[in-house]
Amino acid sequence: MATTTAPIGIREPGGRLRDELAAVAVVWRRELLRFARNRTRMIASLVQPLLFLLILGTGISSMLPSSGAVNYRTFMFPGVIVLAILFTSLGSAMSIVWDREFGFLREMLVAPVRRGAIVFGKCVGGATIATVQGLVIVALAGVVGVPYSAGMILELIGIMLLGSLSFTALGAFLASRMQQTESFMAVMNLVTMPMFFLSGALFATRNLPGWLAFLTKIDPVTYVVDPMRRVVFAHVHTTPAARRTLAAPLTWGHWVVPIGAELAIVAIIGAVALGLAVLEFERTD
Amino acid sequence: MGATAVHAENPAVTAAEAEPVVAVRDLVKRFDRVEAVRGISFQVGSGEAFAFLGPNGAGKSTTISILCTLLRPSSGTAWVAGVNVANDPLGVRRRIGLVFQDPTLDEYLTAEENLRFHAELYRVPHSVIPARLDQMLEMVELSGRRHDLVQTFSGGMKRRLEIARGLMHSPRVLFLDEPTVGLDPQTRSHIWSYISELRSREHITIFLTTHYMDEAENCERLAIIDNGEIVATGTPEALKEAVAQDRIELQVDDRDEAIAELHDEFRIDATFSEGSVVFYAANGDELAPRLLRELKTPTRSIRIASPTLDDVFMAYTGRTIRDAEASESERMRSRPMARARMRR
Repeated sequence: MATTTAPIGIREPGGRLRDELAAVAVVWRRELLRFARNRTRMIASLVQPLLFLLILGTGISSMLPSSGAVNYRTFMFPGVIVLAILFTSLGSAMSIVWDREFGFLREMLVAPVRRGAIVFGKCVGGATIATVQGLVIVALAGVVGVPYSAGMILELIGIMLLGSLSFTALGAFLASRMQQTESFMAVMNLVTMPMFFLSGALFATRNLPGWLAFLTKIDPVTYVVDPMRRVVFAHVHTTPAARRTLAAPLTWGHWVVPIGAELAIVAIIGAVALGLAVLEFERTD
Repeated sequence: MGATAVHAENPAVTAAEAEPVVAVRDLVKRFDRVEAVRGISFQVGSGEAFAFLGPNGAGKSTTISILCTLLRPSSGTAWVAGVNVANDPLGVRRRIGLVFQDPTLDEYLTAEENLRFHAELYRVPHSVIPARLDQMLEMVELSGRRHDLVQTFSGGMKRRLEIARGLMHSPRVLFLDEPTVGLDPQTRSHIWSYISELRSREHITIFLTTHYMDEAENCERLAIIDNGEIVATGTPEALKEAVAQDRIELQVDDRDEAIAELHDEFRIDATFSEGSVVFYAANGDELAPRLLRELKTPTRSIRIASPTLDDVFMAYTGRTIRDAEASESERMRSRPMARARMRR
């Protein structure tokens, strides 16, 4: 077989880690570029969380007896942040189906890089965008009685990044099996609202009937909401009684699940979803 | 009229074949029960422009997908730029450029951003990218639109941009799957002038599929593919010579009478097609005066045409590409899943 060297100046990329990371970065940058250019999407994915926080939150808190300790809006604040990252993450995952429909996915899949790098780049991009959107909600902390503490914000950013990476990976797995945007949207609508409602974003999961308590514990979103609420309430001044009912940490039986374990669960779910999505994309036939 | 199964080979290209850039042997691809490619073998020499000519559904896109490592062969082997497609898909991908049948641009990015994305994904060194960008955009005459979003481009501009993109990383082979399908004739000829300019500039091997005869004429060598099999390979000239039959068209007052007389008196099987009585014969220029002298059916005109590639296709398959396309599109309509699979 003839071997001709590549033209001068064009390096033959090897299958090295550096090349794969470069691919991740390229795909990531495209996600950000597209998002920055799409103001409609930027605003649209914030409308729902804001409706929940400002309208539903204000409405419900005016109904509840003022305990003088914690406003309902403060309670739901972490839940609304999760709503924002959940929707943005899944929206990013939907762009995979979109790319497939418009052909651009092919351009990426024929590139001389592992498909895992492409899928991971997509997920990291989605997670970055979701975290930025989440930060917009975090910026409203003062409005709902949460102090602006640098430590709290940093911790929230960490949880948002991890949570949205897992959500995007779940979405990517879903997207890997979908040919059409319509079907993805249908499944997404079917899945996201139950996942959000069951996560304890809007109500405390402490005194729930057994069946509902069980469902909340198998919902991955729960393990993002709970650590966030713990972080937020660590910075909110309130009575021990209110803290007990509203910010009681998640338990399995009598075992209080540590934040680290919760985040590990989120990471594992994300890794498994990512792995399955990559496998799905690596199939050549 | 009998299909003269002559295998046309031009001695001039055998030198190029000594170092094939694409070498395929006994390639087979099965989808479930359908055999899309049935044991084909061919080679493409370095710097050659090679065309796969055949109707839609003949196995062209499947073959190109295997060569580009998007599909795995069911059996047989294929090497591209010296790399086995089954063993080292990434190695193949680094060495090839691809222009798909359907557009694969990001419409929300600008022309330049699309090219840059590609260059970075293919690890073209950053120091080289700006010059290469300018060069490619200039070649396809899109320099003035480099900062415009692709969604504002016409179909022809998008195709040009895709060709430029496929070349950003200086591949050894450029694969073009139906490069001008869906474009108007003027744009098509434009695209062809870019392709020929590109060949003189980049010394690149071009592998394209087409179902347009005139496009195949632009290539140095072609393979005619039908029903997943290669029925002939050679230069357009050699293939036409191999048919060795001229197409003769008669304008007559009574076509049935003419066809009957040709059959009885001249032992010629003629058919009526597109307003003329048509048949094929060797040495048409010698036959014509005899016909005019001896034919009793009044004849208004006679036309002798050297064989076209359509005639070549006809000679090997017994039907025209257009007929083959019509029956294929009917088959595809009745099997929507088949279409979905092909678009994937």
